[in-house]
Amino acid sequence: MQSNDQTSYATKTNFWWILKMALRDSRKNKSRLLLFISSIVLGIASMVAISSFSDNLKTDIDLQAAELIGADLVVDSRKELSQEAQHLVDSLKSISSAFAEEKSFASMALFEKNGGNRLVDIRALGGNFPFYGKLETVPESAEGSFRSGKNALVDKTLMLQFNAEVGDQVVIGNQKFTIAGALTNAPGQSGISSSVAPAIFIPLAYLESTGLLQKGSRVSYNFYYQFPKTTDVDNILEKLDTPFELEGLDGETIQMRKESTGRSFEDLTGFLSLVGFIALLLGCIGVSSAIQIYIREKLNSIAILRCLGVSSRQAFLIFLIQVAGIGLIGSVLGAALGVIIQQLLPVVLQDLLPVAVSNDLSILAIAKGIALGVFISILFALLPLIGIHTISPLNTLRLSYEENNGHKNKYRTLVYGLIILFVLLFARMQLDGWFQTLAFTAGVLLGFLILYGVSLLLVKLVKKYFPHSWSYLWRQGLSNLYRPNNQTVIMVMAIGLGTAFIATLFFVKTLLISQLSFSAGSNQPNMVLFDIQSSQKQEVLNLVNKENLPIIQEVPIVTVQLESINGYNEAAVRKDSTIGLSPRSFGRELRVTYRDSIISSEKITDGLWIGEVGQGDTARVSLEKEYAERAGLKIGDHLVYNVQGLMVPAIVGSFREVDWNRVQTNFRLVFPKGVIDDAPQFHVIMTRTPNSEASAFQLAVVQQFPTVSIIDLNLILTILDEILDKIGFVIQFMAALSILTGIIVLIASVMISKYQRVRESVLLRTMGASRKQILTIAAMEYLFLGTLAASAGILIALLSSWALAVFSFELPFVPNILLILSLFVGVSALTVVIGIFNSTALLNRTPLEVLRKED
Amino acid sequence: MGSILSVKNLAKTYKSGTNTLTVLQHIDFDIEEKSTVAIVGPSGSGKTTLLGLCAGLDRASSGDVILNNINLNKLNEDERAWIRNQHVGFIFQNFQLLSTLTALENVMVPLELRGANNIKKTAMELLEKVGLQDRASHYPSQLSGGEQQRISLARAFSNSPKILFADEPTGNLDTETGERVERLLFDLNREAGTTLVLVTHDLELAAKTQRVIRLKGGKLLSNAE
Repeated sequence: MQSNDQTSYATKTNFWWILKMALRDSRKNKSRLLLFISSIVLGIASMVAISSFSDNLKTDIDLQAAELIGADLVVDSRKELSQEAQHLVDSLKSISSAFAEEKSFASMALFEKNGGNRLVDIRALGGNFPFYGKLETVPESAEGSFRSGKNALVDKTLMLQFNAEVGDQVVIGNQKFTIAGALTNAPGQSGISSSVAPAIFIPLAYLESTGLLQKGSRVSYNFYYQFPKTTDVDNILEKLDTPFELEGLDGETIQMRKESTGRSFEDLTGFLSLVGFIALLLGCIGVSSAIQIYIREKLNSIAILRCLGVSSRQAFLIFLIQVAGIGLIGSVLGAALGVIIQQLLPVVLQDLLPVAVSNDLSILAIAKGIALGVFISILFALLPLIGIHTISPLNTLRLSYEENNGHKNKYRTLVYGLIILFVLLFARMQLDGWFQTLAFTAGVLLGFLILYGVSLLLVKLVKKYFPHSWSYLWRQGLSNLYRPNNQTVIMVMAIGLGTAFIATLFFVKTLLISQLSFSAGSNQPNMVLFDIQSSQKQEVLNLVNKENLPIIQEVPIVTVQLESINGYNEAAVRKDSTIGLSPRSFGRELRVTYRDSIISSEKITDGLWIGEVGQGDTARVSLEKEYAERAGLKIGDHLVYNVQGLMVPAIVGSFREVDWNRVQTNFRLVFPKGVIDDAPQFHVIMTRTPNSEASAFQLAVVQQFPTVSIIDLNLILTILDEILDKIGFVIQFMAALSILTGIIVLIASVMISKYQRVRESVLLRTMGASRKQILTIAAMEYLFLGTLAASAGILIALLSSWALAVFSFELPFVPNILLILSLFVGVSALTVVIGIFNSTALLNRTPLEVLRKED
Repeated sequence: MGSILSVKNLAKTYKSGTNTLTVLQHIDFDIEEKSTVAIVGPSGSGKTTLLGLCAGLDRASSGDVILNNINLNKLNEDERAWIRNQHVGFIFQNFQLLSTLTALENVMVPLELRGANNIKKTAMELLEKVGLQDRASHYPSQLSGGEQQRISLARAFSNSPKILFADEPTGNLDTETGERVERLLFDLNREAGTTLVLVTHDLELAAKTQRVIRLKGGKLLSNAE
């Protein structure tokens, strides 16, 4: 009987009544609930913006893939084509409907009008490439007109840099070209690629006359094909896999470009999503903390409802629905903001993108963002909501309730488990593999745990070593850190995480720049002259000496290919995998040097270095350790190198560790003197010019030796700075969202603690505390919180930057003290300002007004 | 007339660390349907604890509370919530209205929980009975103490309870308002034929009930008609 009654009671008090109660209960808490939801708005906004942008990018890459590559198939080779390779290229040409050819390499360009010169990417083009899309030029007609005659298309950034105009002359090697137009876009080109190596297109027919194609020059040979629509290009390429590998040819189809471009941008958007996700997690912790206090304040209401016959499940659902509603409103607001941010992302990222990205609304991304927001709000609110189960109706009679901790802890563990699982699965969706996923999840957990641990430690230490001798105001401010309803943990987490983010960003950027600046330091070379022919070497050295510049390094470079290892050639190694050698070591061109000693960037790790070869002896070469390991080579192995057609035997004499980060010419393979000294070679000379003389010296070299190329490290430094600025801006943009979220959580936390402290402040005021005294108490509390959170955040940033420096960039990490101090002071001051600002709002009202309002 | 509430050898103890605090022990009494009973005693005598146990707000450490032939000690908290909704009404010293609900909504809640019909009409009639029909859309913070307690009375009678528990119902009110609330409480009780159990310090109020149960130090001192 009772059971039946109960069933009908449960059915009657159905979902709609619970929903109605949830709505009724939230009516008078609107402003407070709005404060909670603001924590997740930015997180959701960034997720929606990035996800929409990513969806559009995918679609646009699909739509524009053909224009990205410009042809149905591109075949490229890093070395001059052998007969067999030429045959393969020709056989593809015979079945194609259009064909074009390109030779590209780095060389100097000299703008005759004003002597401006710079290392550029020369692209000598024959045929009507691109077949899809076009070379975008100003004037538009230049795209066609440059192809006939001694004309050139010059990258627009170069034109701007050297004030060049259409009709001016640009000297490339021994040939002058008339600038037909400015190149604004070419297939697959992005803003960054053109700033690193700006391109100059010239007709292939005039390449020979530049005199730049010499033995040993680093030339890339590209062949572009267009096929009839019915041709299965991917299938053709698959069949050519083996002969291509044998001949050192690489092929790429539209589909392959689509996939590789898509993959690299998936990495980028995945990374940005994770940054946004951290902002969202931060917001959710804010929501969780706010809900905890909200529920604590609702203790009496819940007890009354329980008295009136509401079951614990119903009470739980009333507040769960409120949280879901908050989450929904926050997510919808976030999604709307996300749509606005999405319009900005293509602008922010445009220099990194190879395609024009549209701004279409992605309904899927918006729906996913809203669903994520609601889900994550509920997930994080479950922690405080679990407590509702233990609220007894007895609270209506007296406000002390016994918690069933065992029961609560069981659910709490379950919710923590769910949160970790959710973070793990979400990260897995954005990242490539489980290792990265676990590393990200562990990193996030570690960050949160450090901040949590630090805040708990603070509370414990303050309690234990409380400075009783301090003045009342200081003591009151300090004791607020551990008194009931304190916000220490959540505020340290919110501020700390935001600080950690921005500090890591600054540290890494400073690290990379300082490393390069160090490389370009006073005793390091800052100008590299290369492609110097043997016949030019002495004259170039004379020029350097004449300009009173130091010759820091002078290195001969010879191009060789590995022919055999211990008698096994490439075919034998491919045939028998038990030999344990890598077939990839063969056939590739290696640029090597010869000398009689090792240099400061090298260290012999195994074997013995012998700098000279005696008459009739076999050369004992030195290999870079990692290269030797990859090739499967051991000390004592017998090698044969093809040195420009001459077979030269050698024995592996030693392994070297090489510091590649030094501004020096470093080599995988070094011959001793006396073996390849007479082989065809070119030379590299490194010098150091004062900044003021760099351009004049470059001009002198280019005018006298047009085929010699120059790398100006100062220019590289400037370009790297620009690139880091561009990438940094994107990351800063995302980090700003995290920091803003942190600030919103901070404001929300401060406001909530204000609600907690309101009676106390009013009591203090009624007892005669002045406005200044109350503000001092607040300032003290936020000063302690801000300094602690900033310290913890900077500590995390130092740890993560150190790990990035050592494990990822392989650089020593030296923290920038000034930067640390600035961040510390900035974050602490911001916390105090926000804290005081909120307290001021409270003080502007009379005590009675406040009490009535809070009642 | 049969018994609506039967308390048998009831005891309540609390554990605080290694110490055990006995708040109530050896409590036995029966309350007949439609009767009025006052529980009196000095502060700390266990009056409120006894009320909480009788109303099913708490679980006894030993002994039984049988309300309308149902042994409350054998039920879990949600089952006791159901019993409260079906058979019990409450009046509290500090009114305990839901601050986010209007006066009318506060009265409607027990009816809504039961899934009753004509909820709004019934609730309005009750507000009329306590003379606050004009204040239906006001929130508790907009009402005086006396008005809040009258809303509380309307809510308590809204689910036509078999038994009504009142904890110091006039304790927070001035004498005049308190007397008005007292009159209303006894009138409504008579009209509805509800059993009334009230806890009070006020011996004058206690004298208005048919029977007084006296407690001292957690024990039953007298149980006189």
